[in-house]
Amino acid sequence: MTSQLLAAGINDSFLVVILASAVLYGTPLLFAALGELLAERSGVLNLGVEGMMLVGAVMGFWAVQRLEGTGISLAAAVAVAALAGAAMALIHAFLVITLRANQIVSGLALTIFAGTAGLSSYLGNDLDLSGAPASHAFAGLDVVGLGDVPVLGPIVFDQSALVYGSWACVVAVGLYLARTRPGLNVRAVGESPAAADAMGIDVTAYRYAHTLAGGALAGVGGACFSLQITPQWVGGLTGGAGWIAVALVIFAFWRADLCLLGAYLFGAFSALPLTLQARGWLTDIPSEVFQSLPYVMTVVVLVAVSSGAAKRRLGAPAALGIPYVREER
Amino acid sequence: MRFERRLEQPRWLLAAVPAGSIAAAFVLMAFVLLATGHNPGATFRRLLDSAFVADGALTSTLVFATPIVFTGLAAAAAFRMQLYNIGGEGQFYWGAIAAVGVALYLGDQGVDSTPVSILAMSVAGALAGAAWAAIPAVLRAFARTNEIISSLMLNYVAGLVLTYLIIDSHSYWRDTETFEGQTFPLGKTIPEEAKWPMATLDAAGGIVVPLGFGIAIALAAVMWVVYWRTRFGFELQVIGDSPRTARFAGMRLRRKILVVMCISGAIAGLGGASFEGDFAYQIDPTGLQSSYYGYTGIVVAALALYNPLSIVPVGFLLGGLQNAGFTLQGADFPAGLVGVMYGLILFCALGGEVLVRYRIRFGRDVRRGAPGVPATEVTP
Repeated sequence: MTSQLLAAGINDSFLVVILASAVLYGTPLLFAALGELLAERSGVLNLGVEGMMLVGAVMGFWAVQRLEGTGISLAAAVAVAALAGAAMALIHAFLVITLRANQIVSGLALTIFAGTAGLSSYLGNDLDLSGAPASHAFAGLDVVGLGDVPVLGPIVFDQSALVYGSWACVVAVGLYLARTRPGLNVRAVGESPAAADAMGIDVTAYRYAHTLAGGALAGVGGACFSLQITPQWVGGLTGGAGWIAVALVIFAFWRADLCLLGAYLFGAFSALPLTLQARGWLTDIPSEVFQSLPYVMTVVVLVAVSSGAAKRRLGAPAALGIPYVREER
Repeated sequence: MRFERRLEQPRWLLAAVPAGSIAAAFVLMAFVLLATGHNPGATFRRLLDSAFVADGALTSTLVFATPIVFTGLAAAAAFRMQLYNIGGEGQFYWGAIAAVGVALYLGDQGVDSTPVSILAMSVAGALAGAAWAAIPAVLRAFARTNEIISSLMLNYVAGLVLTYLIIDSHSYWRDTETFEGQTFPLGKTIPEEAKWPMATLDAAGGIVVPLGFGIAIALAAVMWVVYWRTRFGFELQVIGDSPRTARFAGMRLRRKILVVMCISGAIAGLGGASFEGDFAYQIDPTGLQSSYYGYTGIVVAALALYNPLSIVPVGFLLGGLQNAGFTLQGADFPAGLVGVMYGLILFCALGGEVLVRYRIRFGRDVRRGAPGVPATEVTP
């Protein structure tokens, strides 16, 4: 009895709460960063992550409201979000792979097209989604019954299906890139498309496939907001998470396992303002200071990483951002 | 479908691409409207009417066009060197904050000369914008930090500063004296003498042209000369196209990055100052953050192919769109439509750029005389 009370006390402590929320808030970042990682490993820089996440969020939310009452509505909603994200990525893929447009400007265009003031807001208004909470939302799934265990319980064992799904994705993406033949091909396409082409790898097909997969993961990342964190549709609810995800790929040196660490670090920064507010701590410091923390820390970490590692361009695919033109190689 | 690189870029394409992009974007938009159950014809008619035709439409279009011409020039100033300053939004906010601060201070000191106020607000706005842009510039020049992400992240920080100044504190910028100001968090209004004058053009049907728009046109002309007719502008072009060539030719990359980012930030900041002096007269954190003037500037600059002189007419056109979106917002004209339109225009402009750089051929290999390709058109 006393041990249970003790466990509850520990699990309500600030550190455990912030770590558990770091996982919650880090999950969308993780999905989006893994997606961007796939696209960038194939040589396509997609700065439209924020837009793809928002469209994923709004369409996932729409699906869950439409399928009200059915048991599989959440799974279907995630699938719809993934499709919506991939559809957005298709625009970018066509412009930069087929038409060889500037990848930076095209990605920005995608964020403007799909983002806070664009398609996501249009769909949210036109489908009349704002105002109502999600009819179903992802909640903690205590699968193995260890959710009350001190410290690890809330952080690891009482998370939602989305969190467990993101862990599966980290393992899958890591193994795929490091241990499989198509993974090796992707890396070849990202490092030296001309050499890959000479080996008989279809550069265009690989780039399309990975850009679309990246969009799908970004869409799922967006759905984490509208189906779990918020959980409702609010215009611009990602609040720059897509851009943090783009930065995360750089911090993680283009590696899936490091994306997980980075995502939870920035998840913790995002969770901090609400957690402090809930406890009434540090109220004499303006809340904007804590709210700006994820953005400021993104810049700080980026500086720390880039000043040292960029000299060797550690991990960055050599052909990142460069269109491949067979006739001009 | 194959692409052949053009040896020379025909001049007519430089005008045809923006025009064609807007036309193509309207066609794509019609599909989006149809897919979501709206009538494209009626929507476009109302759009054009409230942007350019209705009484006073041109005057209010200028209200929306002025800030985006500034932010468009700001984006073009940096993008031309392939330096992607996405921070125009935040630099615009800081320009507004500094200009309003100076106007309020001058009012408190009893300065009642409009020219002095205009000058002080412009200088303060430009300096504040340049200072905010200096952060990503220094990080890029000395730590090789990606300026896209750092400048963008700072936009969110600048937005939080706006919220703090007006909503979460009793700052110098907040109205704490009037009844309304004590009921709702509001920005303090600048004194009458600090409001920028407007010119009414009777010949053109009584269009009211704000001073800021005139400044923006002059600035565009100056920028064109600097970027197209000076050694400085030429060096920027070289650095943008080939940093290696620039380094071997002894151009100072770091200094150029710092200077160009600060110029870009100063223009965006000046835009913020003009926005406050011409139209807003007070800091409105929600209004500023929901207008996206900084991001729209990127659309303007890209559509104008980064040419300062084209930025003025392109900014005017897109200002019309934004004005219409604002006026018509409602159930059958949902918010977000204008952003979708901007995105489509940008996509089409990007696709159109391909036409400037490449000639597109259909059919198989020309050298084998594939059917459908006349032999006389084969480029040597």
